[in-house]
Amino acid sequence: MTAPSIDRATPDRGATRPRLGAHAPGPLGGLARGARKVAEALATPLVPADYLDLFDPMRAGADLRGRIVEVRPETADAATVVIRPGRGWRGHVPGQYIRIGIEIDGVRHWRAYSLTHRADGSPAAGIPAGCIAITTKAIPDGKVSSHLVRHAAPGTLVMLDQATGDFTLTSPAPAKVLFLTAGSGITPVMGMLRNHLPELTDVAHVHCAPTEGDVIFRHELTGHHDSGRIALTLNLDDVHGVLDLARLDGMVPDWRERETWLCGPTPLLDAAEKHWANAGVPDRLHVERFRPSVVEPGEGGTVTFARTGRVVDADGSTAILDAGEESGVVMPSGCRMGICFGCVVPMRSGAIRDLRTGEVTVHESDEPLPVQTCVNAVAGACEIDL
Amino acid sequence: MTLAPERPTTAKGIDPRLRVESDAPRPQRPALKKSGRPNPAAHLTPEQIEGIGRELDALRAEVMDSRGARDAAYIRKVIKAQRYIEMGSRAALLFSGVKVKGVRPLWWVGTAGLSVAKILENMEIGHNVMHGQWDWMRDPKIHSTAWEWDNASPSSQWKHSHNEIHHTFTNVLGRDNDLGYGILRVDEDQRWTPFYLFQPIWHVGNALLFEYSIAAYDLELGAYMAKKDRMSEEQKAEFKNNADEVVAKIKRQATRDYVVHPALAAVTGSARTTLTANLVANLVRNVWTNTVIICGHFPPGIATFEKTSIDGETRGEWYLRQMLGSGNISGTKAMHVMTGNLSHQIEHHLFPDMPSNRYAEIAPRIRDLMERHDLPYVTGSLWKQAGSVYWKVVELSLPNKVEGRRRRDIVKLELTKAWRKKKRARRA
Repeated sequence: MTAPSIDRATPDRGATRPRLGAHAPGPLGGLARGARKVAEALATPLVPADYLDLFDPMRAGADLRGRIVEVRPETADAATVVIRPGRGWRGHVPGQYIRIGIEIDGVRHWRAYSLTHRADGSPAAGIPAGCIAITTKAIPDGKVSSHLVRHAAPGTLVMLDQATGDFTLTSPAPAKVLFLTAGSGITPVMGMLRNHLPELTDVAHVHCAPTEGDVIFRHELTGHHDSGRIALTLNLDDVHGVLDLARLDGMVPDWRERETWLCGPTPLLDAAEKHWANAGVPDRLHVERFRPSVVEPGEGGTVTFARTGRVVDADGSTAILDAGEESGVVMPSGCRMGICFGCVVPMRSGAIRDLRTGEVTVHESDEPLPVQTCVNAVAGACEIDL
Repeated sequence: MTLAPERPTTAKGIDPRLRVESDAPRPQRPALKKSGRPNPAAHLTPEQIEGIGRELDALRAEVMDSRGARDAAYIRKVIKAQRYIEMGSRAALLFSGVKVKGVRPLWWVGTAGLSVAKILENMEIGHNVMHGQWDWMRDPKIHSTAWEWDNASPSSQWKHSHNEIHHTFTNVLGRDNDLGYGILRVDEDQRWTPFYLFQPIWHVGNALLFEYSIAAYDLELGAYMAKKDRMSEEQKAEFKNNADEVVAKIKRQATRDYVVHPALAAVTGSARTTLTANLVANLVRNVWTNTVIICGHFPPGIATFEKTSIDGETRGEWYLRQMLGSGNISGTKAMHVMTGNLSHQIEHHLFPDMPSNRYAEIAPRIRDLMERHDLPYVTGSLWKQAGSVYWKVVELSLPNKVEGRRRRDIVKLELTKAWRKKKRARRA
């Protein structure tokens, strides 16, 4: 499993900004609307926010940003990143995730991470009041996770999105719960435990990790186990081997009766969905599906034009622009040699190869990536937002 | 994620304009151009031109792969500084009417600052962001698809005429409209007409009104006026859409500079002085940008190309044309920033999407490459280069010298012809 980009439609963004005087009736509203118009006339061709951001990038009404307060190691290769969000932060439901945009070597990368702090803003597990927290595990090729764990420094400004996701506890809380997690899949469940443990009366938790030292939040989990608030079973690969779901009967005999929340690598999710379906209780299973890095770069492949619904097979020497035009997609174009940037369109996912240099770009996050279609060929598969 | 570059194993099948090697053997360049002037690249074999292409491809890859946090910090710093200078100058102008011992100190400070802010925004920021030099940062605000600049011409139209037409067809007679902007004769190979007799006047007028002439130029207003009657309804509708866009942009720009800011300054009785400050700042920006830009392609020693010479052009030949068709301006670091690094016009034309802060570092290597191949690397001080262009504008307002004929007679003959043609047209 690599960087946890979440396999789900990108939540709508940008609608977070209530405009000055937009809803206020009466003379006061009129005055505010007038002031806004003057500010816009003064700032053109920019917008007033471009100037205000210089003074306070975290102000209410700005694009949501946050400042890293602390990076706290959890295991040898996992860390909790504590962030103070801007004043536009609207809170979250435990179990939800946020997207973070962080600059690495000058390039902004977006990734999604589950939140682990207290939703009511009170301090918990060493996370100061009013701060949000994510926990990430550095994976060998994971650019963002490695950066967050090893290089991110307090004071860094990051871009944020509002929390989203429906991997949350049902209300009222079910009587009997099973949490089944593996690796960094513990994070959304830790969010639930830190917020909802008092309401949960019967919690079984099966967690998988390579070794004992790799168990994220080990002390907190064993603490809950020792005080009898949850029944924790650790499945350590080096001791027990990779979890075989057939052994679940021995670990949690009544698992079929429990509402189950599951988060972990794709093979486990697939196996569990089959297992629960075979047991006739697929509705009991709630899954958070993290998506592994999608495309293995290849030579040529399939270009999908998402809006026009056209799918084209192209070889490794045909520019995406030519492939699209040949199949009748109306595409912006210009110099056709990579210098004018008139053909730039967003790529939703996939991998492309620059025909001039052979350089391969693999799109890893769910933030659309603008690409030059006249000098890039598909490398495996890609989806273009046209 | 960006992986290490790796040359594709088979170049065959890829559009030849995207690679330096050609499928068909390329012709040797003739010693003389059609006009009889020497061809500065005639001594190079097609293989040597391929070699130049490969060297430049490698240099590009080296710099592009090393883009990083330092470069990102640079453009953010410039943008931040520009915005603070602009805000500071605008604030000073609110009190521009206040007299101290007979002078208005804040008018001078505010006008100078605003001129600098506008120049920085247009040159080092706007022009370069719109070239996609900073797209790699994946910051949606500093992106070629999003930037709108402080200039009369809307970004979308500028990107078409500048990035696409000018940068693709650089210095190709009849294809690159930037060669004299349709109103100047800046190359002996451009055909002379009596219109050019007055080009020193057109030139100065163009410099003073540069942002508006660029807008008209990007809109292709001249072509519309000339071909209006022969245009289809669709073409006319497209022109009207573009024209509406330009008018709306000019209105917004003028409202800001000449209405809203002066109105705010009226509180201190500085409305009139704020208006003149904005006017002067826009003029300064116009003249400065024009001066820098004419040094890019018009000084003597820079080559132009015939339409047919670019048939089947490879990437290597395109590089060669960019090198020979551009000229630099020497100067200090501050000077380079104020020209938007267009003082490194040669490097910019070779790699228009390379971050501008990197041109200075590759300049010695480009110069070395050109000198090794016996190609002229045109450069000089701003005064020398701009002066030479002004002189050229005067010189080329007259037709070329022809053996055995007096220029006076050619002008007379052409004027008579033009007058007769007009008369005939009026009668018909």
